[in-house]
Amino acid sequence: MFEVRIHGRGGQGIVTMAELLATAAFCEGMQSQAFPSFGSERMGAPVAAFVRMDSERIQVRDPVTEPDLLIVGDVTLIPHLDLFAGVRENAWVLLNSSSTPSELGLSELCARLGPGHVVCLPATELARRFTGRPMPTGALLGAVAAVVGVPSLESMCSALTDRFSAGVAQKNAAAAAEGYRLVRSEVGADA
Amino acid sequence: MLKLLEGSQAIAQAVGRCRPQVVPAYPITPQTHIVEALGRLIRQGTLSGARFITVESEFAAMSAAIGASAVGCRTYTATASQGLLYMAEALYNASGLGFPIVMTVANRAIGAPINIFNDHSDSMSQRDCGWIQLYAEDNQAAVDLHVLAFALAERLSLPVMVCVDGFVLTHAFEPIEVPEQADVDRFLPRWQPRQRLTPDAPVTIGAMVGPEAFTEVKYLAHLQLMRALDSFDELSGNYAELVGRTVPALSTHRLEGAETVIIALGSVTGTLRAAADELAARGQSVAIIGVTLFCPFPYERLAELIAPSVRNVVVIERSFAPGSGAPVTPHVRQAMLGSRARISTVVAGLGGRAIQLTALVELLSRAAGSTLPALTFLDLDAELVRQEDERQRPGAISVSTDSLHLTDAAPLTDSVHATDSSIPTKSVGASA
Amino acid sequence: MNQVTTKFFQVGSQAVGNRLLAAETRTDQSDPERANMLNSGHRACRGCGEALAARYVLDAATKAAAGQLVVINATGCLEVFSTPYPESSWQTPWLHSVFANSAAVASGVAAGLAAQGREDVRVLAQGGDGATVDIGLACLSGMFERNDDVLYVCYDNEAYMNTGVQRSGSTPPAARTATTEASGAEPGNSFGTGKDLPRIAMAHDLRYVATATVAELHDLEAKVERAMSLRGARYLHVLVPCPLGWGSQPADTVKLARLAQQSGLFPVFEAEYGGVTSVLPIRRRVKVQDYLRLQTRYAHLFGESAPPETVQRIQEIADGQIARYGIPVEEF
Repeated sequence: MFEVRIHGRGGQGIVTMAELLATAAFCEGMQSQAFPSFGSERMGAPVAAFVRMDSERIQVRDPVTEPDLLIVGDVTLIPHLDLFAGVRENAWVLLNSSSTPSELGLSELCARLGPGHVVCLPATELARRFTGRPMPTGALLGAVAAVVGVPSLESMCSALTDRFSAGVAQKNAAAAAEGYRLVRSEVGADA
Repeated sequence: MLKLLEGSQAIAQAVGRCRPQVVPAYPITPQTHIVEALGRLIRQGTLSGARFITVESEFAAMSAAIGASAVGCRTYTATASQGLLYMAEALYNASGLGFPIVMTVANRAIGAPINIFNDHSDSMSQRDCGWIQLYAEDNQAAVDLHVLAFALAERLSLPVMVCVDGFVLTHAFEPIEVPEQADVDRFLPRWQPRQRLTPDAPVTIGAMVGPEAFTEVKYLAHLQLMRALDSFDELSGNYAELVGRTVPALSTHRLEGAETVIIALGSVTGTLRAAADELAARGQSVAIIGVTLFCPFPYERLAELIAPSVRNVVVIERSFAPGSGAPVTPHVRQAMLGSRARISTVVAGLGGRAIQLTALVELLSRAAGSTLPALTFLDLDAELVRQEDERQRPGAISVSTDSLHLTDAAPLTDSVHATDSSIPTKSVGASA
Repeated sequence: MNQVTTKFFQVGSQAVGNRLLAAETRTDQSDPERANMLNSGHRACRGCGEALAARYVLDAATKAAAGQLVVINATGCLEVFSTPYPESSWQTPWLHSVFANSAAVASGVAAGLAAQGREDVRVLAQGGDGATVDIGLACLSGMFERNDDVLYVCYDNEAYMNTGVQRSGSTPPAARTATTEASGAEPGNSFGTGKDLPRIAMAHDLRYVATATVAELHDLEAKVERAMSLRGARYLHVLVPCPLGWGSQPADTVKLARLAQQSGLFPVFEAEYGGVTSVLPIRRRVKVQDYLRLQTRYAHLFGESAPPETVQRIQEIADGQIARYGIPVEEF
């Protein structure tokens, strides 16, 4: 089973990102599950969402405490919450930021998880460029495909098409493709 | 067709395929996605001829449902928590007058203190209202139970409550198969009411009944409700033939040869099964029984499942009434009269507190080792309780015997949570 | 539809026989073939104004709906005295749910009939003042604002009668009830309290709002007919004296209703979309004490120890109502 935890703030599309990730996994024939940590309709409040992917039917429903992949949609949360709690050995951490991991104060985490496992991506800037809106969803999904490999970029785009209207899906898919490309080149350079 | 869907959307689609004619709707977290989706279906003409009424309260929602049902319309609504309480009077009225209304209760805690998250205190507070109560273990079951609910309700002329854990199920995305319209139509024919309000054949509904007849009316109502036990099994079987899957009144997991049995309702059942699987891998045998049909309670069927060799029975309760206690355990005790097994109660998940797999693994292990006390509050912050109680009055109460802290998971909201290291579990943050 | 032969009684000069009128101007009640939707055999008190009004209203409504009427009834005197299981005096399809929800149930009935394509079947909801003005106000207001196709009729006897005469939001100032005793500095119900439901109904800009009493049968039937000729949410408020609760003679029920209107205390009018469109004139104006003296719920206002200015305050209310509605006074 592969477990994901996504952090962000209300209004940044965190729950939608979880839904899309689960849909992408489902597209590839996997069992998947996605759910938010809470659903109070409030913009700006910290939000978490969880995703599980497995070849077998998923029975558990509890919040993910030991993620194999951690996505941080909003790095302003770092000083306030213990975002990295439970992150496994060899897990990946993906951060929406134009800074580097060490600039964010995550050198120790980088050392623990190993090279290529803590990746930063300016997803909001990419989103603005490709979709005109600061929702880092598409770009981050592309990044996930790049670091983890599963689900594939193609499946991510498929999920986007499923969920959004043609125009919106296409723009997000473009952001995803660019996120994928950027991360592949970065990770490729480190690996 | 299997699709990745949000629980609420899937439920709305399933209800839509049951062709309700009137849907009164009043919003309350966490049921809103369901009624919104149904409203959309009706407005877009997918449910042609149906009426969607945005009423002014939950009491009005159930009242309007009574009115629509009274003239022979298939009727549906949804609520949770405070909303369910607000319509309490109308709930009793609907069952007493025999209207086959189907309602989703998106299980949520009841205040004060106000809490929007999942537990079973809402539906449990209405155990006595004469409605059939079904609890879904996952979203596939939630979908199938709604279709079954209409059939059951209309067969018995009794209303049915389908309880679906708020947020945990309603807002979760998972692969779900919503039965095709043709299959639902085959399973659920047009409703033929046993009586209805019509000028063609006037009837008086809702007369005043005095002491000379009230007892008999209640007795007959009880008999009718008890028929749901057989009817549910029968309909469940019919449904299985049609769509290839069904929902049993009681589900079992690793029952064969187990000496420890855990009984639970709702979504925690899935996590319990995973915990039982982990224990099985270590050679410990624990069974899980999931209760879907809660009212009428399947006493005999439960008793049949628990072999004389079972030594420990643990009931997981997702609600607790101060002063009264937990609602499911007494039913289990009743079912097991004469049994020598130890029965323990574990109160878990109140007000939406997460029930972690790691905690359940430890809990099940202790259950199997017969070391669980009679009553346990899982993950109670004993120190906080001690402090608060002492602050209010001198002389601390003893909390240590009924609390069990098994989870260190940091809550993923505003504050960093200090771990309680009195019970050795995984510690957070530090390297392993 | 009428399963029992309607009995007519000779009751003197105040009979509703209308024998001297042309057939088409006679009331529905004078017709031996009337629907008689509230049949005899119910357990109402002698002289019950509500039983009278309910029969008047339902017969007129049934006729206007060509027999296609469904009735929803709130908890209260009417529901209790008409359905002592296993008997029922209703000849109309009728449902009683709970105290506060007849308007909401009726909304559901209307939606259900519409969903079935049976908009020819009309819906009427009815209840006393307690059910309408107090506990049922939220449901009523909801039905009003949605403009559901329901005629709501309030039978106002100005207190919770079935439970033993307790004060409601419709109890007039100074009236004695079990919860507003005739003692203390301000005996009886307080001045400056209470709700005017017809005006609240008008504030919803309803298609049709009207008030009526059991004293003016032609007027009442005409208003029911008018209301039934319209669609959407409509409201009718009928004053129904209660001999038990008011402490009046059973034989005075119709007379008291007339005096209430003639004093100005109970204006009888029609309104559409929030504006008054017709007012029943006062043919022979009476001072309020002519009305109050006939009811022991006001007995404490008269006699030696009575506070002298209270009757005058009530007279001022009556004067105010006449001014507010512009009620023509034909003779004083």
